[in-house]
Amino acid sequence: MSAFQGTADRGDPDRLGRGEGSRGRQHSAEHAAGGLASKRIVVGYGFWIFLLSDIVMFSAFFATYAVLVGQTAGGPSGRELFDLRNTGIETACLLLSSFACGLASIGAQAHRGSWFYGAMAATFILGAAFVGLEVREFAGLVARGAGPTRSAFLSAFFTLVGCHGLHVTAGLLWLLTMMAQVFAKGYRADILRRILCFSLFWHALDIIWVGIFTMVYLMGAAT
Amino acid sequence: MSHAEQQRGPNHGDRAPGYERLDGHQAGIGSYLIGLGLATLLTIVSFFIARTTLVWQPSIPVALAVLAIAQMGVHLVFFLHITTGPDNVNNVMALAFGVLIVFLVIVGSLWIMAHMNHNMMPMDQIMQMQR
Amino acid sequence: MLGKLSWTAIPFDQPIPLLAAALVGVVIIGVLAWVALKGWLPYLWREWITSVDHKRIGIMYTLLAMVMLLRGFADAIMMRSQQALAFRSDGYLPPEHYDQIFSAHGTLMIFFVAMPFVIGLMNFVMPLQLGIRDVAFPTLNSVSLWLTATGALLVNISLVVGEFARTGWLPYPPLSEIAYSPGVGVDYYLWALQISGVGTLLTGVNFVTTVLKIHGPGMTYMRMPMFCWTTLASNLLIVAAFPILTATLAMLLLDRYLGFHFFTNEAGGNVMMFMNLIWAWGHPEVYILILPAFGIFSEVISTFSGKPLFGYRSMVMATMAICILSFTVWLHHFFTMGAGADVNAIFGIASMIIAVPTGVKVFNWLFTMYGGRVVYSPPILWSIGFMVTFVIGGMTGVLLAVPPADFVLHNSLFLVAHFHNVIIGGVLFGAFAGYNYWFPKAFGFRLHEGLGKAAFWCWLIGFYVAFMPLYVVGLMGMTRRMQHYDVSAWRPWLLIAAGGAVIILAGIILQIAQLAVSIGRREELRDVTGDPWDGRSLEWATPSPPPAFNFAVLPRIEAQDAYWGVKQRVRQQARLGEEPGYSAIEMPRNSPTGFICAFFATLMGFALIWHIWWIVALAALGAYATFVVFAWRDRVEYIIPADVVARIDRANRSARSEALGSPVQAAP
Repeated sequence: MSAFQGTADRGDPDRLGRGEGSRGRQHSAEHAAGGLASKRIVVGYGFWIFLLSDIVMFSAFFATYAVLVGQTAGGPSGRELFDLRNTGIETACLLLSSFACGLASIGAQAHRGSWFYGAMAATFILGAAFVGLEVREFAGLVARGAGPTRSAFLSAFFTLVGCHGLHVTAGLLWLLTMMAQVFAKGYRADILRRILCFSLFWHALDIIWVGIFTMVYLMGAAT
Repeated sequence: MSHAEQQRGPNHGDRAPGYERLDGHQAGIGSYLIGLGLATLLTIVSFFIARTTLVWQPSIPVALAVLAIAQMGVHLVFFLHITTGPDNVNNVMALAFGVLIVFLVIVGSLWIMAHMNHNMMPMDQIMQMQR
Repeated sequence: MLGKLSWTAIPFDQPIPLLAAALVGVVIIGVLAWVALKGWLPYLWREWITSVDHKRIGIMYTLLAMVMLLRGFADAIMMRSQQALAFRSDGYLPPEHYDQIFSAHGTLMIFFVAMPFVIGLMNFVMPLQLGIRDVAFPTLNSVSLWLTATGALLVNISLVVGEFARTGWLPYPPLSEIAYSPGVGVDYYLWALQISGVGTLLTGVNFVTTVLKIHGPGMTYMRMPMFCWTTLASNLLIVAAFPILTATLAMLLLDRYLGFHFFTNEAGGNVMMFMNLIWAWGHPEVYILILPAFGIFSEVISTFSGKPLFGYRSMVMATMAICILSFTVWLHHFFTMGAGADVNAIFGIASMIIAVPTGVKVFNWLFTMYGGRVVYSPPILWSIGFMVTFVIGGMTGVLLAVPPADFVLHNSLFLVAHFHNVIIGGVLFGAFAGYNYWFPKAFGFRLHEGLGKAAFWCWLIGFYVAFMPLYVVGLMGMTRRMQHYDVSAWRPWLLIAAGGAVIILAGIILQIAQLAVSIGRREELRDVTGDPWDGRSLEWATPSPPPAFNFAVLPRIEAQDAYWGVKQRVRQQARLGEEPGYSAIEMPRNSPTGFICAFFATLMGFALIWHIWWIVALAALGAYATFVVFAWRDRVEYIIPADVVARIDRANRSARSEALGSPVQAAP
């Protein structure tokens, strides 16, 4: 079977990373699975299912946080620890980076390098700002003796928010890889599919952040 | 490569999530602008409600939850392009399934654990009693 | 430099694990040497290890399951013999050792026998039944397989290097916390499951996408074989439940490694939250296992009764109902933990409700057999054995679902008997039925029938002899996992149970013999046409074994039991249909990504367990690099030329024509 080495190179239907160019073979590549749904739909749906599983994982962390939120073991509670101004800036960064990601996916679809690279860079900077602010917040808490080993509440807080932060960090790494791929290989169909998956991921992270800033920070500070 | 295999079937006309139009035309920037605007508005209202004294205090958690769900909806519709069209059925079903599971896990856990904690003291209090 | 690892990790002072490890080591080295000497390594690498073909991956999953079954069963024999001997004595297994054995037994059986077995069968069969060429994400499929193998490898390494967990198959805190389990055992357990859990989750994503998005022409949802419906339901549950397991084990890992306080006794930790979350995964898990088995039985029973499945629509509804309901019952695993009467009552009622759709299925199977002409081959024997055994197990389950009854029976041997009743009678019998049923499709020759029947009877009788006494002794009050006891009334029952284990051992030996004899006699047992059982679904339309591309031309599906209609028409007309027009087929290339990824995962898992941080970092980097290399591929597919497709298909057509007794239709 693998003796039949065909020449199914997909090459670069467009000029390498130079923005303009023909749209190439954009319609559904014939898939070995004999599928009717195009590869883009299959990959997009598969990644959507994966995202839902990730959201279920976050819900377990949310549930644990909700159960343990009162267990401060005589230590500090959210009211004392949370800086809502910082949270607000983080929220703005992430929301704007989500918007920038939307622009980037439009740029990728249109094969417009300036739009794509520019928007991706903006997404990265805003996302990195978010992570930076969060790391600073965590470091500050640890320095105040309110680290994750202080109490169950703090363990749950650091894990829930930290898991989200780790996802964002992984996303930043993915973002850079996607920019590198487009630079090296142009707007090939499979690379566009990966950009689609990345943007789904990035938007989902912002959705989870809505849950976090509401349930952890706002409710924590309000009660 | 047989084009005969690209035949119609139950999935013809499906859309991938996050992909607005079947024909490959650009998803409009308008969608993202509206989404950004609405999300910003909802965020500002949330932050405001959390610290204000203008609202009846006990209603604050509920209000925050409603605003959060609304904003998640804004993200889903304007950024992820999940709609209720017939070509989006699988995406919506999957989302509904996910939401159900999230609901069961969070609400179920809270309900169960609230009862558990009612019947049994937290461990460190028990241990302190034994010292 | 090497973290906590040192020579003391190897159990030189414990004869039993040392001997077992030596034996296994000799076998592994022997097999590797034999393979290498025969020159098969390049072939194995090219055709199997780097394969992204769902059929090959399915076979490897099943092979992993069967090998792990031997290890898990060895643990079982040790447990039964220990309990038979340890009346007012210490038996031959000291408690620290016995505890590891029952923990390894449960962990291996659930995660590395039952899961791989059903996933392997779903992998092999489902794309064939759907009339497609492969799953949605073939390379991801390979990654899943090898990550699962990594988990199994780590658990087995713990036998030789270090120790295994002593906390049972679910590591309840506070016992599993670092304060009370300072050794590496729980860490072996946790990392093995986290790694293989990723593999399983990816399988869930893969199969859900395949069933929902990739169909052959004409295959609507209501024409899918029942096995594909149960595959969908089971994998939806995987996608929904496994993240909870990942999160919960991660929290325990954080407690153990970084001093967090999720489930500790001090600083506000709540041990009950662990039980709550782990069973929120654990209950859907058992449905993940049983739903594919239900699907197998639907296929086997309808084929061997010569009738279409009775009540297809109600079966579909029942399957999806079970899928949803399985997420509403998890508290019944900890009725006694103190949630109170109201909460217990609601979950108790839900647990009884979930028995209803299963009952619907059982009746449908019975009605399928009724009025049919049943052929008593091993697959149908396993199915009938299942129906009786699983119903008994289900009934004891409904009994346990009554909270007051559960207060008496929780964690007794009655519970142990119940879950073995449903898992062996349900999942394992289903897996064996599927194994016997689809073996000819996978390998091109049937399994020896006489030995298969003998093995079945040994398993059936052995199961009852081994587990019915456990119900009795559970009702008498014996707790599970006892290393020794002094109640003389229990003794005779435990001796009988040990006897049952020996009968099951005979069954396993007969199964091994069946395989060996069948391989030896494969020419006699050859499946020439690809349809040895007069099957009804599309996998029987392919040659045995199917070519890489499954179908030369994707079949048009016109009704349920897609193959049956075609076959009946062919029989009526006494000739095959016209030869189709052949065209070239694109197939995904093999890739070493899965294997290499798993290599780094094994390294990382081992290093995490022994706190060798620099290896952790390097292995993580290696895994990431593997992804990037994979992502940088340019050539993703290869083409099978039309004339090769034609040659393979014409060979099959002529074989089938001969079986029909008519000359081959020439190409138009």
